[in-house]
Amino acid sequence: MSAHHEHHAADGHDADHDGGAPHSTLGGYATGFVLSVILTAIPFALVMGHVIADPAWASLALLSLAAVQIVVHMVYFLHMNARAEGGWSLLALLFTAALVVITLSGSLWVMYHMNHNMMPTMHQMHEMP
Amino acid sequence: MGEPSNLQTLLLGRLGWDAIPIHEPILVGTFVAVALGGLAVLAALTRFRLWGPLWRDWVTSIDHKRIGIMYMVFGVVMLLRGFSDAVLMRAQQAVSFGSSHGFLPPHHYDQIFTAHGMIMIFFVAMPFVVGLMNFVVPLQIGARDVAFPWLNNFSFWMTVFGGVLVMISLFVGEFARTGWLAYPPLSGIEFSPDVGVDYYIWSLQIAGVGTLLSGVNLITTIVKMRAPGMTLMKMPVFTWTALCSNILIVASFPVLTAALALLSLDRYAGTHFFTNELGGNAMMYVNLIWIWGHPEVYILVLPVFGVFSEVVATFCGKKLFGYSSMVYATVVITILSYLVWLHHFFTMGSGASVNSFFGITTMIISIPTGAKIFNWLFTMYRGRIRFEVPMLWTVGFMVTFVIGGMTGVMLAVPPADFVLHNSLFLIAHFHNVIIGGVVFGCMAGINYWFPKAFGYRLDPVWGKRSFWFWLVGFWVAFTPLYVLGLMGVTRRLNHFDDPSLQIWFQVAAAGAVLIALGIGCFLVQLVVSWQKREELRDHTGDPWGGRTLEWSTASPPPDYNFAFTPMVHDSDAWADMKRHGYVRPLEGFVPIHMPRNTGAGFVIAALSAACGFALIWHMWIPAALAFVAMLTAIIVHTFNYDRDYHIPAEDVIRTEDQRTRMLAQHV
Repeated sequence: MSAHHEHHAADGHDADHDGGAPHSTLGGYATGFVLSVILTAIPFALVMGHVIADPAWASLALLSLAAVQIVVHMVYFLHMNARAEGGWSLLALLFTAALVVITLSGSLWVMYHMNHNMMPTMHQMHEMP
Repeated sequence: MGEPSNLQTLLLGRLGWDAIPIHEPILVGTFVAVALGGLAVLAALTRFRLWGPLWRDWVTSIDHKRIGIMYMVFGVVMLLRGFSDAVLMRAQQAVSFGSSHGFLPPHHYDQIFTAHGMIMIFFVAMPFVVGLMNFVVPLQIGARDVAFPWLNNFSFWMTVFGGVLVMISLFVGEFARTGWLAYPPLSGIEFSPDVGVDYYIWSLQIAGVGTLLSGVNLITTIVKMRAPGMTLMKMPVFTWTALCSNILIVASFPVLTAALALLSLDRYAGTHFFTNELGGNAMMYVNLIWIWGHPEVYILVLPVFGVFSEVVATFCGKKLFGYSSMVYATVVITILSYLVWLHHFFTMGSGASVNSFFGITTMIISIPTGAKIFNWLFTMYRGRIRFEVPMLWTVGFMVTFVIGGMTGVMLAVPPADFVLHNSLFLIAHFHNVIIGGVVFGCMAGINYWFPKAFGYRLDPVWGKRSFWFWLVGFWVAFTPLYVLGLMGVTRRLNHFDDPSLQIWFQVAAAGAVLIALGIGCFLVQLVVSWQKREELRDHTGDPWGGRTLEWSTASPPPDYNFAFTPMVHDSDAWADMKRHGYVRPLEGFVPIHMPRNTGAGFVIAALSAACGFALIWHMWIPAALAFVAMLTAIIVHTFNYDRDYHIPAEDVIRTEDQRTRMLAQHV
């Protein structure tokens, strides 16, 4: 019983170290660094070299590269995996991702609808036939 | 802006003698009363030499139990403020008909309904709920404190100083006249050029930091610090609801912070996020604020569902019916609460597909809530029910909340909402769920856990009086609003022309008087219980025959909560321990590692409020100074290494022996 004491004492400064603290390696950081440099260089090249003509497709490409970049950061720098903190990290990530998707897609949908149904502005009315 | 930026403007900004409302007799009277009351309190503190103990034992305390109690005290104080706003509104609407314009000019009336809503949600309901979670959760999971005890103290003081800014607005300058969510463009600089909305923004931003951090703190506590053997599905239901509520806090409060930050940029930096110039859109604010606002409803109500679950199980002497369905219902509500926000603005121009999607999700979310009601009813079925005060509040809640829930499903039907939106029907509905749910739940929780916190029960006679006045008062005050709303009367009106409506408002005002009596009885209950504390003393630590771990320790619990961390084998751990003939350990005590009190939280929060006040009045130099001072205080605090100490084994032995003697005398 008392073996669990210090574990559950309310510690002001020293953190609780069990629960699978990640072990970082130089190799891991190097891989992460190289990957994120590549993932940063490609978007710059795409924009500066005007590689994709259609701006919609260009922004889509940029956004997907950014999403991959986020995953690289989480895996190599934040050391997230399915086992960290007994799975709580992954669960929290999935929950956050679900909420962000709901919030963003919902807001876009709602605002698009409102714009669509809104009374036309003076500017638009002048252009009407 | 256009003014010459001489030294006086930089120092005092917009603040001048004209900001003091000496022309408003109501405010002057209030100020005199507050000043005299304040002086009396200060004099009493000095007379009885209480400044030292107040600072050492309470203000700087990082004990989760004391912080929880302070949250409740803060909530009660702000309840009195918010309720006096309600009385003013009810009185104004009862008399302001035809040629009579009542006693509140529109300019003042608009501030009152804004302050009422904002105070009741952020500074009454939130402190009550957070206070209960703070006090109860560590005890229920067998922990000695929360995960970050200092942060807890800091969160509390940020919440309080947010409230202090709102209170200052009563006597220095004025408050927002925008309604409690401050929709632009009305809250923009063009239509609200004065300080009201700035008071609103900065008090919420400061209190919001406190709420967010306390959310992080309690999640970590529940995830990391449960007693050995307490798996997730053996956690008490209150702890489950607290976990879900804090997850909602952490996920949704940043949205509020961001929306208010964008609004402040519109007001301070001349941007146009929420005004139509340059492509801004006011609807985006409404969209963002409700992405926070709907989860907020569940942040408030989930923990009180937990309170009712504990109360029902205890006072029926049974295990809660359908524990796992209760947990799943809570989790489902947590997720679904993010899918319904648009039902707050059905009428604002979305098409049929958007409205029907959100209408249907809203109806779906009432299903898990309904499941909970059935779980409580089945727990009562064939239970040995004791109608103590907490149980009365619970039964009152079930009757009241079900009706509030049903009017909510009515409002979830978009065509019906087009008729009822912004009407008094809506007002009646959300008071029905917030008073009938959150307030009744907090009163049940206060009556239930008071003996744990203070070592004596609350007087049941005055408790029952308070309950009946509240329950009857609620229905007398809000049934007329349902009727008026169905007749098409809109909210926030300061004057009426149709004399046939007056009788309904007079009945509602009578209801407000009954609720006032309910609050009065509660205050009397506190005093009477203190006077009769020897008679009402809880010697056993388990006055109600409780089922969860908080009842296994003394009342009030020692600083360290548990001399030994309990081992958990089943849900309802304490009931399980009692059933298996648990014997309290009498020896083998060891020193206990505890966090040490610090005043840093109070200081940093006070400086942030000073910074907020300066920003409200555009006092740029004091704002910069306060900000730098705040950063300095934060950095200085990081160098404070004297954060913990050990309670010596002898002290633990003395405390535990005292309890052994008390148990021997009285059991």
